[in-house]
Amino acid sequence: MKTSLLPTIAHRLAIFAYVIFALFPLYWLFKVSLTPNDLLYSEGVRMWPSRTTWEHYSFVLQHSAFPTFFKNSLIVSGSTAVIVTICASLSGYALSRFNFRAKYWIVGLMLLTQMFPLVMLVAPIFKILTPLGLTNSLTGLIVVYTAFNVPFATFLMQSFFDGIPKDLEEAAMIDGATKFTAFREIILPLTLPGIAATLGFVFTAAWSELLFALMLINGNNAATFPVGLLTFVSKFSVDFGQMMAAGVLALIPAALFFLLIQRYLVQGLTAGAVKG
Amino acid sequence: MASIDIQNVKKAYGHVQVLHDIDLQIKDGEFVVLVGPSGCGKSTLLRMIAGLEGVTGGEMRIDGKRVNELHPKDRDIAMVFQSYALYPHMNVAGNMSYSLKLRKIAKEKIAAAVAGAASKLGLDPLLERRPKALSGGQRQRVAMGRAIVRQPKAFLFDEPLSNLDARLREQMRAEIKKMHGDLKATSIYVTHDQIEAMTLADRIVAMHGGVVQQVGAPLELYDRPANLFVAGFIGSPGMNFLDATYSAGAVTLKDGTVVALPTPLAIADGAKVTVGIRPEHVVMSGEGSGMAASVDLVEPTGFGIILHLSLHGLAFKVFTLDRAALSAGPNVHVSFPAQHLHVFDEKGDRCVAASA
Repeated sequence: MKTSLLPTIAHRLAIFAYVIFALFPLYWLFKVSLTPNDLLYSEGVRMWPSRTTWEHYSFVLQHSAFPTFFKNSLIVSGSTAVIVTICASLSGYALSRFNFRAKYWIVGLMLLTQMFPLVMLVAPIFKILTPLGLTNSLTGLIVVYTAFNVPFATFLMQSFFDGIPKDLEEAAMIDGATKFTAFREIILPLTLPGIAATLGFVFTAAWSELLFALMLINGNNAATFPVGLLTFVSKFSVDFGQMMAAGVLALIPAALFFLLIQRYLVQGLTAGAVKG
Repeated sequence: MASIDIQNVKKAYGHVQVLHDIDLQIKDGEFVVLVGPSGCGKSTLLRMIAGLEGVTGGEMRIDGKRVNELHPKDRDIAMVFQSYALYPHMNVAGNMSYSLKLRKIAKEKIAAAVAGAASKLGLDPLLERRPKALSGGQRQRVAMGRAIVRQPKAFLFDEPLSNLDARLREQMRAEIKKMHGDLKATSIYVTHDQIEAMTLADRIVAMHGGVVQQVGAPLELYDRPANLFVAGFIGSPGMNFLDATYSAGAVTLKDGTVVALPTPLAIADGAKVTVGIRPEHVVMSGEGSGMAASVDLVEPTGFGIILHLSLHGLAFKVFTLDRAALSAGPNVHVSFPAQHLHVFDEKGDRCVAASA
């Protein structure tokens, strides 16, 4: 088929424009993180500063609490992602494959949890966690994040399980597998793309969560990175250079994570779209 | 290998009963085909034998042992699915050896079993491939191989050839028959294709509406269908049916034609009956004899010719090997040899000959 040139060019241009639009804030983040403080306000709006420096990075890494925030975020997001994915795999499988009496109500209840603005829940959750000693602790955050992410992740995993023909596990059972062996050896390997997508989704959600991290944590010891960013805002000034440097550093694990799972992710997001 | 006994088996989903009192004894080494239109319950019955569906009532025995409550993995049966159900993340060898691995059989024995089955099915060059890289026919073979390596008590086939094209289906049909000849394995085969049923089966079980209509050898079903359903389902093109009345050993068709039957039937004179005759048994007679019919459509199949006639406004089919039929005019005459007539009573059951 011969395509005419003009629509192709217009199409590519549109995509290019969108990519620029989407990536520009990231570019700005990077640019500001390299701009020396004395040039930040004096040079006006420029695409690239006349002089660059890595001093913000070295300050953030050596003299701020950023490494602690970073470590906390990694623990919280990683644990949440793993726990949620395990729970969601099991519950998603159950919703996809079994018919049980309260199924309708459980699905309804899980949908219900997704309806409330989180702000409404901050106070009650604080009230619940305080006597349990879970405020100001990473464990508390993991518990809260897990609770909030499991319903959506369950629906996500369920749709992946729905895409795997039932025949496969029936064949496995006839071959001599128990239901759980069939799940572990046949279904789970085929759901890897879905698992990767769920891991990625939950990890980023937890990585960038601010509201609960801010409300449930005070002090630097248990603060996660989004909360930590706020420490660069002081009463009288905002240290943009250091804040941006911290931001760039915080992007690294998320970027690495997606790089790792992107092979499965593309498969996962388009799984079942076409036969074959 | 094993026998399979099905006694009074019922299946219901909630209030909907899909299988009614199925009774079936399958002998060791027998090839039984369950045939019927979609929704007749044949697949459900097969899945119940496999243990994939629960049994609502009655009893099911494999090799004399009650299996109603047994998990599929403990029944020692193999199944070939319509979708093949190959494990996409395992190669051909992996697919074929999975059941043996689960049984914790020694590696050398597994390798030998897989190699044996692979060479039997011509799969040797494909052992390292994933199912994705196989053609439909090859996948079908792998699915069969997976069943063979296990040497199970029985083989179950759930419409295994439905996804293949016509030529491949013919070829695999012959291979399945040959394989059964070699292995002498008890096999239950589900299909809606009556040609598959006729060619493969030792015995056919014709099902309709969750009820077994007739059980018998293929030719028995063809020659002496027990009721209107079996008569219409077995044979292609299907049997023609005409309304008639019975009296004194003869049937009178609507147009007044009287055909004397070879033997009198055990029904009352004046009873309304349905007369059936297969298209291949209708005789094209010359002008002046038989019944006049008009030709609606002529279908040459190469092998023979199918004429679609209209007989007193009723659609009627004739199959003939005589190419002269191609040039038959718009009007023909047909007659029914009495020995090929099937007579069914008002309930649709075959009328039996009156005992002398």
